[in-house]
Amino acid sequence: MNREASSAGGADEIASPAAGKEPTEAQPLLRGEGLVKTYQAEGAAVRAVRGVDLRVGRGEFLAVTGPSGAGKSTLLHLLGGLDRPDSGRIWLDGRRVDGYSEARWAVLRRRSIGIVFQFFNLVSHLTVADNVDLPALLAGKTARRAREDRAELLADLGLEGKENSTPGELSGGEQQRVALARALVNHPALLLADEPAGSLDSKGTREVLRLLSRFHQRGQTIVLVTHDARMASAADRVISLFDGRIVDDAVLGREGPRRGGVSGTLELGG
Amino acid sequence: MRLPLLALLAKGPAHGYELKQALEGLLGAAYPQPNIGQIYVTLGRLEKSGLIEGEDVTQENRPNKRIYRLTPAGRKAVEAWFEKPTDEPRVRDEFFMKIALAPDSGVADQIALINQQRRHYLNTMRDLSKLAATEDRDNRLGQLLIEGAMLHLQADLDWLERCQEELE
Repeated sequence: MNREASSAGGADEIASPAAGKEPTEAQPLLRGEGLVKTYQAEGAAVRAVRGVDLRVGRGEFLAVTGPSGAGKSTLLHLLGGLDRPDSGRIWLDGRRVDGYSEARWAVLRRRSIGIVFQFFNLVSHLTVADNVDLPALLAGKTARRAREDRAELLADLGLEGKENSTPGELSGGEQQRVALARALVNHPALLLADEPAGSLDSKGTREVLRLLSRFHQRGQTIVLVTHDARMASAADRVISLFDGRIVDDAVLGREGPRRGGVSGTLELGG
Repeated sequence: MRLPLLALLAKGPAHGYELKQALEGLLGAAYPQPNIGQIYVTLGRLEKSGLIEGEDVTQENRPNKRIYRLTPAGRKAVEAWFEKPTDEPRVRDEFFMKIALAPDSGVADQIALINQQRRHYLNTMRDLSKLAATEDRDNRLGQLLIEGAMLHLQADLDWLERCQEELE
């Protein structure tokens, strides 16, 4: 394809729309090709990701599932620039990003990629307000604008009145909502979520799921890594990762109507 | 259907339509409700076997209704039902048979079968999530029923993962 050829010359080049023959809609927001990542663990090489190709469309909600050790989190880390692939290429919004320096990835994560983690990773000695304002200010927003955006997001996430709390004073579910606010405050094109309910109880899990679905309905592109099928089933598409490779790629909601409806699943004995 | 109806009658005498309404109120819209015909047929059989007895009540301008009450034998049956632990749900025998028979048949591939089954379960999970969202939040029994189905499905998906590990 022309786009690949044009961007192969320099990692920083933007694929010019004129060079590509595909219509813009066909260009995925995120694209990975031939991604490989090997770790050295106790002298032995562990091949965590073994040649993954994937495309994520604009506004798509993609879940990546698989057993622990399948390479899910490693893949997400590659896509967010938190880890570097041994080989393979990554495009975000048509821009080749896999060759970016640490500093350029940091800028990209500030502006275009929001990330939430299993253990929230909030700054523990900062208030909720400061945790959310920090990335906004770093991205160049005025203090006033950051404050307004934060107020709106916190209200949206049901965290009004928690502005001056520190993370340690909040429940796990609340901390994850703060982490979501922090990840979304700069309106990133892409939200990456790595087991976001992995350390939450069932109520917190439902809450995070409800919020992800809500942001998705508003057009947010999401890549969610989870081993929880309940969470995965909220996505439009589910990729099954196994031993570092994609073994299935399924679009959900396309099965024909089932006999007896879903309530057949609930049939009790007696 | 027999024992749930008997258990409902342990509370006091009732007619067929009241029993249907009681079940609906208890389990919510999520549970596949028996139709009124099934209920009347079951009540007839229970009466024949001496577990309940019916009495016709005449109503003005309406057909008679038959009120049922538990007999002592019926009460014993209800007590025995509650006393005994319930059999666990059966393993999905049919899918297991497909996996077992696929290699020699030359007709299907085990891994393709697992992937197909996973897609099916994920779609079912999606439908259950939607059902949970539409079901009345205050109906705790209805929500628990759906949650139970989801947990079973999660276990089925975990088992598919195990199959894939062993058979890949």
